[in-house]
Amino acid sequence: MSQPSRYDQLSVLARAARSVGFSALFGVALSVVRQQNLWYSILYSACIGVICWLCIDLGRLALARALAASGSGERDADWPGWPWMIVLILFGSAFGYSTGTMLADRLTGFRSSNLFSAGSLREALTLLLFALVPAIILTYFFYSRGALADRVSMAEAAQRQAAESRLKLLESQLEPHMLFNTLANLRVLIALDPARAQAMLDQLIAFLRATLGASRVAAHSLRAEFDRLADYLALVQVRMADRLRVSFDLPDALADVQIPPLLLQPLVENCVKHGLEAAIAGGRIEISAAREGDELLLRVRDTGVGLAGASANGEPVDAAVGDAAGARFGLAQVRERLATLYGTRASLRLAAAPDADGGTLAVVRLPWENQ
Amino acid sequence: MSRPSATALIAEDEPLLAMSLQAELAILWPELRVLAQVGHGQAAVAQALALRPDLIFLDIRMPGLGGIEAAQAIGEDWAVDQNLPLLVFVTAYDQYALQAFEHAAIDYVLKPVQPDRLARTCARLQAALVARDAAHSPDSIESALGQLRSLLAATGIAAPLAPPLTVIQASVGATIHLVPIADVLYFEASDKYIRVVTAAREYLIRISLRQLLAQLDPRVYWQIHRGTVVRSDAVAAALRDESGRVQLKLRQRPELLSVSRLYAHLFKPM
Repeated sequence: MSQPSRYDQLSVLARAARSVGFSALFGVALSVVRQQNLWYSILYSACIGVICWLCIDLGRLALARALAASGSGERDADWPGWPWMIVLILFGSAFGYSTGTMLADRLTGFRSSNLFSAGSLREALTLLLFALVPAIILTYFFYSRGALADRVSMAEAAQRQAAESRLKLLESQLEPHMLFNTLANLRVLIALDPARAQAMLDQLIAFLRATLGASRVAAHSLRAEFDRLADYLALVQVRMADRLRVSFDLPDALADVQIPPLLLQPLVENCVKHGLEAAIAGGRIEISAAREGDELLLRVRDTGVGLAGASANGEPVDAAVGDAAGARFGLAQVRERLATLYGTRASLRLAAAPDADGGTLAVVRLPWENQ
Repeated sequence: MSRPSATALIAEDEPLLAMSLQAELAILWPELRVLAQVGHGQAAVAQALALRPDLIFLDIRMPGLGGIEAAQAIGEDWAVDQNLPLLVFVTAYDQYALQAFEHAAIDYVLKPVQPDRLARTCARLQAALVARDAAHSPDSIESALGQLRSLLAATGIAAPLAPPLTVIQASVGATIHLVPIADVLYFEASDKYIRVVTAAREYLIRISLRQLLAQLDPRVYWQIHRGTVVRSDAVAAALRDESGRVQLKLRQRPELLSVSRLYAHLFKPM
């Protein structure tokens, strides 16, 4: 990606062509106003214009590079700033006017009055104005074109970043390994058991719809959350067969409670990926909801290899169980969501399951007052 | 081209996929006899060593040992004078592993298995079996070991590198002992623990060897077996017996350490 710039990114030749063209137009206008010969007017304007442009544009680049190299603050490598530019335009115009006139005199054989040969300061300033006005207009024209392009590219970069982060979230939810494994199973089932294949496809569709839609709705009911988790686990069940057993516990009184969509999904996925897939005999996943005072408690528990077991299997979990395990991407994602939505009033705790069946237990606490 | 006697083992934890792979193989390679299907890495190692198949299809992600760890164990424990089985890895989506396979020129197929891709793999395997029967076996064994070595090296690189350990913290009862890393002569993995052995005593720590390796200086600590890492300057001598097995004599400990055939090439005269 090229460095953002406030100045026009046209090539030097294109800028030169525009300067000459603009000067020529200026010459046409002058010839009309002062009733002079059109061709001479154009020639003089073009000569003056080219030299003015050369001085100002080259001066701009040299000055901007020098300032950027000296590292004074946040400098643009193409634009030294207006104060420097005004100085540059004044000197460039004066020099351009006098040398441009001399050049045109050479070409035509005339002898025009010169800045230095002008009778009075007033006359010199009037002559200078003819060069100065177009120089300022052109510089401003190139500058604003650059500034506009700069704003457009900044807006594009912001849009790209937003799209990338959405994609990243989606990719984390639609774990490619799970997706391809599911499709591989589906491919087999189509031949073996079409009815089961159809049921599996329906679950995959429901799961995909929920995942893709999760970023668009702010909340859905606990009933919907449990249904989507059931779809996901049904897909996993096809792959793991009797190595996976699932149980849900959702009291009727809580079925309509609203929670952020697919909040528990990464936790359930962790149970599958780090808990049960690693266990030779598989195990159980238990998902439950309960109200405790002014809090809603959501529990996701597995009887898999546990936190230390996952580490022994080469998963990136530190030997020091607990906080370090929270570094896992899925957990970090849930914590981030909770923090954004509820601040410190919500929490996620992951620990070894307290009973003899082992495995891990994740507990999400949400404030009840939102209901 | 195919040999009527070719045999295979399928290690895949998802029953439907294992069944389908076997069915596809039956169509593409009717002479191939699938000796067994197993659902986890430990079973793959045990069955491979017991049944001695010509080919092994290994799923990368399996409970217990993964496919690559299983391949390492099979390579280390396979009879010294016999041809190693040809390995084909099976994976759904695993970019690091795919890079490693490409690097080591080892066969792999992606799930869902595409019949034409599997057909190409079968043709390559048949040619490899014929070539292997024709060649002198010591050379082909060494080249198969070389493949496995480069696979392990490539997958080892994929593991995240952690800052080097300077001290090992091991708990004994309620006390945490701090053992300077320079005191450790060797590490030995056993089940869920690693034995940390110094000249005077030993400690147990709960960490995987892979995680530990990522925190050790590879110039000082050498892996000599899938379960053993030794400090190179703790070794007094490497003894090679007539069957080619290498054992290490240590300066400060009486026991001998076995070097697996995958790491035996580390010990040779300068």
